[in-house]
Amino acid sequence: MNISRRLSAVLLAGTVALSASTAAFAQTTLLNVSYDPTRELYKTINEAFAADWKAKTGQAITIRASHGGSGGQARAVIDGLKADVVTLALAPDIDAIAKQTNKIPADWQKRLPNNSSPYLSTIVLLVKKGNPKSIKDWDDLVKPGVGVVTPNPKTSGGARWNYLAAWGFALQKFNGDEAKTLDFMRALFKNAPVLDTGARGSTLTFAQRGIGDVLIAWENEAFLAFEEFGHDKFEIVVPSLSVLAEPPVTLVDGNADANGARKVAEAYLQYLYTPAAQKIIAKNYYRPLDPAAADPADVKRFPTLKLLKIDADFGGWPATHAKHFVDGGTFDKIYTPGK
Amino acid sequence: MPESVVHREPVHRDRDVARESRRIERVLIGVAIFILALFFFAPLAAVFYEAFRKGVPAFWKAIADDDTLSAIRLTLLVAAIAVPINTIFGVAAAWAIARFDFPLKSFLVTLIDLPFSVSPVVAGLSYVVLFGSRGYFGPWFAAHDIPVVFALPGIALATTFVTFPFVARELIPLMQQQGVDDEEAALTLGASPWRMFLTVTLPNIKWGLLYGVLLCNARAMGEFGAVAVVSGRIRGVTNTLPLHVEVLYGGFDLAGAFAVASLLAILALVTLVIKTALEWRHAEELAVKRRH
Amino acid sequence: MKFASFYPASPLPGFRLALLATLAWIGVIVLLPLGGVALRSGQIGLEGMWNIISQPRLLSALKLSFGLSFLAGVFSIVLGGFVAWVLTRYEFAGRRFIDAAVDLPFALPTAVAGIALTALYAPNGWIGGPLDALGLKVAFTPLGIFIALVFIGLPFAVRTIQPVLAETEVELEEASATLGASRFQTVTKVILPPLIPAALTGLALAFARAVGEYGSVIFIAGNIPFYSEIAPLLVVTKLEEFDEVGATVVAVVMLLASFLSLFVINLVQAWSRRRLGHA
Repeated sequence: MNISRRLSAVLLAGTVALSASTAAFAQTTLLNVSYDPTRELYKTINEAFAADWKAKTGQAITIRASHGGSGGQARAVIDGLKADVVTLALAPDIDAIAKQTNKIPADWQKRLPNNSSPYLSTIVLLVKKGNPKSIKDWDDLVKPGVGVVTPNPKTSGGARWNYLAAWGFALQKFNGDEAKTLDFMRALFKNAPVLDTGARGSTLTFAQRGIGDVLIAWENEAFLAFEEFGHDKFEIVVPSLSVLAEPPVTLVDGNADANGARKVAEAYLQYLYTPAAQKIIAKNYYRPLDPAAADPADVKRFPTLKLLKIDADFGGWPATHAKHFVDGGTFDKIYTPGK
Repeated sequence: MPESVVHREPVHRDRDVARESRRIERVLIGVAIFILALFFFAPLAAVFYEAFRKGVPAFWKAIADDDTLSAIRLTLLVAAIAVPINTIFGVAAAWAIARFDFPLKSFLVTLIDLPFSVSPVVAGLSYVVLFGSRGYFGPWFAAHDIPVVFALPGIALATTFVTFPFVARELIPLMQQQGVDDEEAALTLGASPWRMFLTVTLPNIKWGLLYGVLLCNARAMGEFGAVAVVSGRIRGVTNTLPLHVEVLYGGFDLAGAFAVASLLAILALVTLVIKTALEWRHAEELAVKRRH
Repeated sequence: MKFASFYPASPLPGFRLALLATLAWIGVIVLLPLGGVALRSGQIGLEGMWNIISQPRLLSALKLSFGLSFLAGVFSIVLGGFVAWVLTRYEFAGRRFIDAAVDLPFALPTAVAGIALTALYAPNGWIGGPLDALGLKVAFTPLGIFIALVFIGLPFAVRTIQPVLAETEVELEEASATLGASRFQTVTKVILPPLIPAALTGLALAFARAVGEYGSVIFIAGNIPFYSEIAPLLVVTKLEEFDEVGATVVAVVMLLASFLSLFVINLVQAWSRRRLGHA
């Protein structure tokens, strides 16, 4: 009768729409699975690359983007999200994909220049205009009454860089005394009223919701918030020491081959190293590998500061990860009940 | 589950010992309205306020955005899959449970209720465990090139899970209360089983059915936790409306996030209006007393 | 056939088809996925499961989720009972409108509720601002989670208590008053006792829903381990740390809580049917 007829009409409509949406996939599409703060960067890069590719090959391509916490994005790729390329916050997340699937070779990091990192960044502090709590360096973050906003290192790639920057500072301050460094970190996280799951969540918590006195953030994220919410609201504080963050990119061979998109995916990644892309990178507040290609005004915005390196100063990612971020690592030691 | 109540007018009495004084009554009414305003109207007002804070053009820009439109399409599509499936099986379950006695019936009813109390996140996880690359069936589906998680089928499955009990839960008490007399009479008069179902059962339950479909639909379009786990968040492809709200929220586009959120809020309001209208007009045809 | 032995004696057709369809539907949509979760969590053995469950951080998150859900349920019952009372007993302008609005949290998508509540209760929000001035922090604290859970739970409370309240006979109250009871005595001795089963059911429903709630809570929770981190977030966190088995173990604990709540609901209803003749 009436209802059943209407139901079958709805079902039919659903089937038609379903087949229509599968058909839409037939053209060349590229899926870039990335981490949180790169939304704006890849929006511009994708447009530029699509135009460049069209000019060179005459082929129109659609580039899809997916953004989220770096770990969560890697998890999705492991569980079957068909990323042609991944552009994540840190190498261990891509290592995890390589290890748990056979879609990426183990030596992926050697395939592109600079350990497969087409741009660099660092970790800085963002405070309220006028710096009411006079925060100058990492020491000031452990003072009582200072609210520190950072995402959770367990789920956010950026937060791991945050963590390492603070750890590196404290270790230097206490002349390599790890027990004191751990106490320092404990005091720092005791001041954290919120641990968002991703870097962008933390930025919103601090800038939009007015929580805390200082945000530990990617340099690019701090600049973006500074521009987005107004120069009269925040200012950036450059600490005496930070880390050189190298967010890596790679081809997910297994998916790109299945998608028939290896060629364009490889070109996409190589494009990131071209002067045109490096210019966009600097414009979006990421430190370019090739500053000469960027607008000098953009490059001038980046302060020079002492930067610790993951390989030279922390002994590389695998060791760092095992020491700090696995279950029972130093981060878990910070959060013990009753402290 | 929400259950409406048959709308019975408050009891009026001339001399009332079983009543508070008029003054206390007014205070109590005021407090109740205050509570509901605080908890319910304030969030709703906040959504619309934030949505239009940057003006109507900004609102329209957010809505007319390609990614928003694709999220709307996907959300409608997912609802168009999950709701009919759950409607058909909900009617079947209600028929079996309300019309027959069989062993372990109450256990079956509990199973139908289960998705109400299962965390949406767990629901999403369970489909990843089955259909993810490392899952029990994932490799088979991948080998046959059938996408499940991070594609429409996975999103539709997760949505079906969370909206699973709505129709059955509406119909079971209604059909139990209506009894079997009409249907038995139809059979006695020589109607075929299908004819009996279409001409007697369906008309009897149509308002209850519509009510269940309505609630099922509202939840299907608004589900967040379960879909978030299986979506993959590909902008313009696997973002449903609630996920798109989160994406915009994270993109410093607060006005856009709330504009899209206001669409969902309007959906909720429309649902409530239809639901209320149904309750007023067809109270006697909806189940009188329902469990939850 | 074994099946035939409990084939019901009813003249109505379609039992077999309907039951088989129902079982298939439940099997595929609900039992298979949940079974997969249980199976995956069992992979590491009971001891491995226990090692995960006994992690202090998880225990603390479970305690927070269960504790806050219970408190929010109790609070919802008190508030919801009061709202139900006003809606059934008093006539006032806008009563039907208010009555309809109670179902809002059922219809409003949880993510929308989440961002709206966060916007409201943040220190710079309409409600959070004045409260912050009083030194009361709501958003990103357990109190914020509590508020979100009450938002979710309140309609359950109102909708389970309301029908019972509508049915209580005013004559009983009049008799009570005639026999010399004060209004307070009448309320506590005559009106409240029959509401207990409905209140318990409402509590269990609100609790069951709140324990697993994610969308409306995650925006307003602060996610600080041992303070404001909820159990469903740990499912997601474990999954994002590539620890799928760990995620399924947390999920199984939460599933057991769901079963238990449903079991309690059924028990309460059976008990109230026996004692009071209605559910």
